[in-house]
Amino acid sequence: MEKATDLLSSSQSLFSLKSLKLKTKQQELLLRISILGLVYILAFITRLFSVLRYESMIHEFDPYFNYRTTLYLTQKGFYEFWNWFDSESWYPLGRIIGGTLYPGLMVTAASIYWILRFLRFAVHIREVCVLTAPFFASNTTLVAYFFGKELWDTGAGLVAAALIAICPGYISRSVAGSYDNEGVAIFALLLTFYLFVKAVKTGSLAWSLASALGYFYMVSAWGGYVFIINLIPLYVLVLLVVGRYSMRLYVAYNCMYILGMLLAMQIRFVGFQHVQSGEHMAAMGVFFLMQVFYFLDWVKHLLNDQKLFQAFLRITLTCAISVGVIALGLGTASGYISPWTGRFYSLLDPTYAKDHIPIIASVSEHQPTAWSSFMFDFHILLILFPAGLYFCFKRLSDATIFIVMYGLTSMYFAGVMVRLILVATPAVCLISAIAVSATIKNLSQLVRTKTKPTQAGSGKGTASTKASSKGALDQSLPYQKNGAIALLVGAFYLLTRYAIHCTWVTSEAYSSPSIVLAARGAHGNRVIFDDYREAYFWLRQNTPQDAKVMSWWDYGYQITAMGNRTVIVDNNTWNNTHIATVGRAMSSYEDEAYEIMRSLDVDYVLVVFGGVTGYSSDDINKFLWMVRIGGGVFPVIKEPDYLVNGEYRVDKGAAPKMLNCLMYKLSYYRFGELTTEYGQPPGYDRARGVEIGNKDIKLEYLEEAFTTSNWIVRIYKVKPPKNRL
Amino acid sequence: MEAMAILRLAVVFSILTSFSLLAGSSPSPSTELQIVTAESRIDLTSHIVNVFLTLKVENIGESPASEVLLAFSPTEFDRLAVVKAAASAGKKKKKSYLPLDVKPTDLPDGPNGTKYYLIRLLKPLGKGEAISLEVLYILTHSLEPFPVEISQSESQLVYYRDSAKILSPYPIKQQATFLKTPTSKVESFTRVVPTDRANTELRYGPYEEQPPFSYSPIIVHFENNKAFAVVEELVREIEISHWGSIQVTEHYKLVHAGARHKGAFSRVEYQSRPNSGVSSFKNLLAELPPRVHSVYYRDNIGNISSSRLRTNFKKSELLIEPRYPLFGGWKSTFVIGYGVPLEDFLFEAADGTRYLNYSFGCPLAETVVDKLTVKVVLPEGSKNPSAVVPFPVEQRTERKYSYLDVVGRTVVVLEKSNVVPEHNSPFQTPYPFGEIWKNEPTLELLTVRLNISRSSCNFQSSKDHMSSYNCVDLASERWYAENCLQLHLQG
Repeated sequence: MEKATDLLSSSQSLFSLKSLKLKTKQQELLLRISILGLVYILAFITRLFSVLRYESMIHEFDPYFNYRTTLYLTQKGFYEFWNWFDSESWYPLGRIIGGTLYPGLMVTAASIYWILRFLRFAVHIREVCVLTAPFFASNTTLVAYFFGKELWDTGAGLVAAALIAICPGYISRSVAGSYDNEGVAIFALLLTFYLFVKAVKTGSLAWSLASALGYFYMVSAWGGYVFIINLIPLYVLVLLVVGRYSMRLYVAYNCMYILGMLLAMQIRFVGFQHVQSGEHMAAMGVFFLMQVFYFLDWVKHLLNDQKLFQAFLRITLTCAISVGVIALGLGTASGYISPWTGRFYSLLDPTYAKDHIPIIASVSEHQPTAWSSFMFDFHILLILFPAGLYFCFKRLSDATIFIVMYGLTSMYFAGVMVRLILVATPAVCLISAIAVSATIKNLSQLVRTKTKPTQAGSGKGTASTKASSKGALDQSLPYQKNGAIALLVGAFYLLTRYAIHCTWVTSEAYSSPSIVLAARGAHGNRVIFDDYREAYFWLRQNTPQDAKVMSWWDYGYQITAMGNRTVIVDNNTWNNTHIATVGRAMSSYEDEAYEIMRSLDVDYVLVVFGGVTGYSSDDINKFLWMVRIGGGVFPVIKEPDYLVNGEYRVDKGAAPKMLNCLMYKLSYYRFGELTTEYGQPPGYDRARGVEIGNKDIKLEYLEEAFTTSNWIVRIYKVKPPKNRL
Repeated sequence: MEAMAILRLAVVFSILTSFSLLAGSSPSPSTELQIVTAESRIDLTSHIVNVFLTLKVENIGESPASEVLLAFSPTEFDRLAVVKAAASAGKKKKKSYLPLDVKPTDLPDGPNGTKYYLIRLLKPLGKGEAISLEVLYILTHSLEPFPVEISQSESQLVYYRDSAKILSPYPIKQQATFLKTPTSKVESFTRVVPTDRANTELRYGPYEEQPPFSYSPIIVHFENNKAFAVVEELVREIEISHWGSIQVTEHYKLVHAGARHKGAFSRVEYQSRPNSGVSSFKNLLAELPPRVHSVYYRDNIGNISSSRLRTNFKKSELLIEPRYPLFGGWKSTFVIGYGVPLEDFLFEAADGTRYLNYSFGCPLAETVVDKLTVKVVLPEGSKNPSAVVPFPVEQRTERKYSYLDVVGRTVVVLEKSNVVPEHNSPFQTPYPFGEIWKNEPTLELLTVRLNISRSSCNFQSSKDHMSSYNCVDLASERWYAENCLQLHLQG
């Protein structure tokens, strides 16, 4: 009985299989969709290392601000958020949050949260924030697919999606918990570019409208939108110069620029910059140029006279350019158009920041990129990139010109600043995908054309079967098949190495929250240093609600978000003088620093110290930047006072000012009594590997309020002034 | 500072002395009882004060007495967490205890605002008869740190105020009071002759033939470095899922209620010197049910990695360590969450109602909870629940929306203040489920979902009956049996 039913069912399944047999096209579609689906999931799960290793938490510095604002948005609503004056940071100045941030990220996360809540998923906003970046990374793979399809073919699209899904350059900014603007901005960037390329290709208003909306989303999410508003005009200009001007381009650019500009003005932080700032003038110039082009085209059409038109062209162009130059000159001179900002300059000239803006230069992610980090973030894509460029040049179209320009400019910027590798990543992935896809396609075609006739011969071994139309080709390249197979195997080997490398980099380098530090213990066990949160939570629970905490600006966002206390300066480095004041206090003697702290109403001072654990990115190692930034505004602070023969040291040979400045005292207070390492004298600093120079530190105006269990964070209370006698 | 303290002491003394002088003149309750022997043992070893009172009560009046009054001073009355009484019978080894009903009375206050608790005897005490009573009452917040602020290296000294003579509306023939301090370090104590001190024990008495409302105030100043862990607010949320699990989430607001920390906190001293920060505590022990799973311990900025869980057949012990050691006045807030199997705590009564049987109080050992809120979140579709708690609590219902809810879940909210570990007794929340739900006009999808959940629940409860013999939690089993009986009687 059972057997009979078995038979029946098997025959049924056979039948259904037969009826399910798909045509080649359908098969291809199914395959494509399932590959895309897998890539989508892969992009998400590869970013979850940090959640599995640690916990579902917000990482690093800026994401804490974003999290705090998102929390505020979900609790108080959009109106309150938009008009939020934050008195908890930049004491006593405060900060207008609504007018000084890009709200795109917060609004996105809050909307996801509200939608989930509406569907009765009782999730916490923190989980939404943690998973926003991976979610958008997944979406980026879809955009990459469509972009690749637009540029080359579906194969290139699929490869691009797969490459970008695991590319470390992108993962570094989009792991779970890295709740930063870049997480959604790269999606928005690529989407805008894709839609614009599509608009140029079709000349359709709908696509250019979509790209304007994409641009609006990008503007709302990240300051990097300036890249779009300069790259697209540059691209249009190049198209004009190489004679690829068309009505499609005219429609696409004008619609995108005008609508995008108007929409972007709705973001308060951006405001009227599109018409008032030097960085946005290129787009406007190209816009007017387009009109001149159009006008000339029309005149040419009317005149039907080559000579007359040439003369007219000359006059019009001269007039247009001189009017433009005069308008720009007048605007700049009258102050209506603001000149380029320092950040923009530092992009064009990598040495600019070092000389003029120490606060930008002090951030490690603003350093020029080392070769190793290119290799680390791109791996084989670095080699595939030129190959892809070659393919693009071989098959020039409006779209490939765009990707070439995007790739080259962003590569340049990636070389200027480490963090801009992120912007280059999509371009590098797309161009490399073209290289991979085109190469593999060519090779596999070669392999196939060879195998087909041999299969037709079906193992009889007679050489006569080869005598076909393809015989001539074979003779010209004797080892073509073997060569092609070898190259294919090589390509797959490289891609495998790429996948392994990406996974390794993600798990080892980019999945650390940097709030919780993990180390290997003596017996190979995992030791966790949770000192930051220990200190922040102590602040939150055991200090008065209105206490003001002074620390170096790196920790500002974390203190306000986790410690819920007012800070003097934070990571939004909008007021250099204020930061310099803190830098000055840290590098002065205690009594001078006390005056400064009194004037700033400081109740607690927080320093980060790695001498016990060997944690090297502590305040002593950042101290020279405090001196530099402080000295940049207050010339009483001089860098050479803290150095000995140009050398920075903390041991006995250190400069006397160094040994007695506030930062040194706060870091090493009572550290001289502690033995940190076996076989070393007490007061041995493990982060710098020396015995400290001043072990007898007395504090007169401050007292130790709290030190975390591994001494990483030390908090001091500023004593009230003594009574006058 | 010192002078102020002495002044204050003097004031307190004078007030209390006048109190005792006034005492004799007030009218005593109607029945004529007298206490033959009374012994009070006061345990001061932790910050929760346990007082064991042994009374031998005799009826010397004409009419039979069915009630015995316990008297408390107004300050004591406000700090009372638990009053329990039992009648003891038999001699030393074969002693048996019969629990008696104790409740606050609405009698008019006695002299100087003395308040009463009333013990109802099982059978009236006839003329000339005597009965032995064992009374336990627990006082919280009764140890007052002095000095109020101490530095890291000092140990904590506290005042305890009480009376050498037992406050009672009845005359006491013979009595004695014993106080047990945690260490032998006693700074000072009031002498009321005869007073004797040996090691960690202080004895007042014996006193003979004291009139009603005798009161002679004493102050004991001694060292107590036990963890003064007070949970200012605790919200326990017990969420029942008929899919097989009960999820418990507990939100704590913990504070060290001892002498406030003064001056600097030095980590180097705390790490290297053993007697540095003796009055602080860095960990607490929570006793959780057996078979607990998915335990977490976190606060609003993330997971706290320092906790240890040990489980065995009888109980699970969770050792939690706040992010930093708690010194006097320092606070910490955190959340503990865990899941327990449904079949251990949810039972079905004979009439088809289901009921939850879960422990009421705070799982932390040696901890006072100032305000405890227990929320029982019932599955969607349960109606008219009400909790049966062995002591008076405030009760109301709420509505909560959780995953995929349509109409929301009914939440039974129980509130009680001044909770001590003695309140860790089980309470029951019966709720009808299923039958009413059938008549609800709801979405088809929903009914499908509910049918599934109902059928799984039926399966669950049938499993209960089968596994009831090897069930681990014997206490809950007993409650289950008792409650079944009760529900039978009601039905």
